[in-house]
Amino acid sequence: MAAEQGRVDPMHQFSIEPLFGTENWQIAGYHIPFTNSALWMAITVVVLFIFVQGGLKRQLVPGRWQMAVESMTGFIDSLLAANIGPAGKKYVPYIFSLFMFILFANVLGLLPLGLVGVHPFTFTSHFSVTGVLAIMSFAIVLIVGFWRHGLHFFSLFVPHGTPLWLMWLIPVIELVSFLVRPFSLALRLFVAMMAGHVLLEVLSSFVISSGNSGFGWGAVIGIPSFVLMVAICALEVLVAGIQAYVFALLTSLYLNDAENLH
Amino acid sequence: MEPASAKLIGAGLAAIGAGMAAIGVGNVFGSFLESALRNPGAADGQQGRLFIGFAAAELLGLLSFVVAMILIFVA
Repeated sequence: MAAEQGRVDPMHQFSIEPLFGTENWQIAGYHIPFTNSALWMAITVVVLFIFVQGGLKRQLVPGRWQMAVESMTGFIDSLLAANIGPAGKKYVPYIFSLFMFILFANVLGLLPLGLVGVHPFTFTSHFSVTGVLAIMSFAIVLIVGFWRHGLHFFSLFVPHGTPLWLMWLIPVIELVSFLVRPFSLALRLFVAMMAGHVLLEVLSSFVISSGNSGFGWGAVIGIPSFVLMVAICALEVLVAGIQAYVFALLTSLYLNDAENLH
Repeated sequence: MEPASAKLIGAGLAAIGAGMAAIGVGNVFGSFLESALRNPGAADGQQGRLFIGFAAAELLGLLSFVVAMILIFVA
């Protein structure tokens, strides 16, 4: 759906463009330029690195910054301890990186940097990015499960107390629900971020179009839309946090299945 | 019916799913709040389960959004 003249195109913000004259970069015959998506991933990593580096001073009485970083690691630590138990300790680095990466990506994509002419790009609103994150979590679950339990890992598909006459049905359902996990994990984050950004863009197009068509329409439609937009912005900050938390939480639940079977 | 208009009507129908997911998410948080007020001491320990229920209910609404987006922009 092409943008018509003078209209706001809500999908334009998701377009991926090569930056810094790298349109013709090729790696092994594939066309791989440095895109705005890659740029914002790099910015996220740098911001995350600075954030964590500020908390590594190891003071006995922590300052504010160290307190912030320690509360984040403590949060992930208690999440894993509650869901996996003592065996969850070794997953703290992975879940912490995953959670903070997604959280920083979501929040950086929401920053109102458009005021100074920089347009933030939320790369978590692309299925290719969230899909890779989900496949990574799923692969770790598979590796840990087969490493620890061998072929006994397949008992995951037969819950305790399944009656024998249901043996033809329950393993199939469990297998499907297991295989659907990476898709649901990736789809949830991707759609939540994309839906929020489309919604903000649509509301902003209401404000702009009604303002352009005169004072009356601007007052009747533009001002309520603008108020709603501010409220939705607050909601989006909440969603950014919740989606990062849900991703980390579900990954730790799946790791619990791999660690302890069920 | 024109295929293009059928697509848009289908996308509108998919919005029903989003509304249903709203009911579901409201149900999750409403039930949690109701029982948390009855027993505030046990509420904090159940927050993980609260968000698992929220995620499960929300996913179905997000799927209907995906169906609408595919109908409008892809199909």
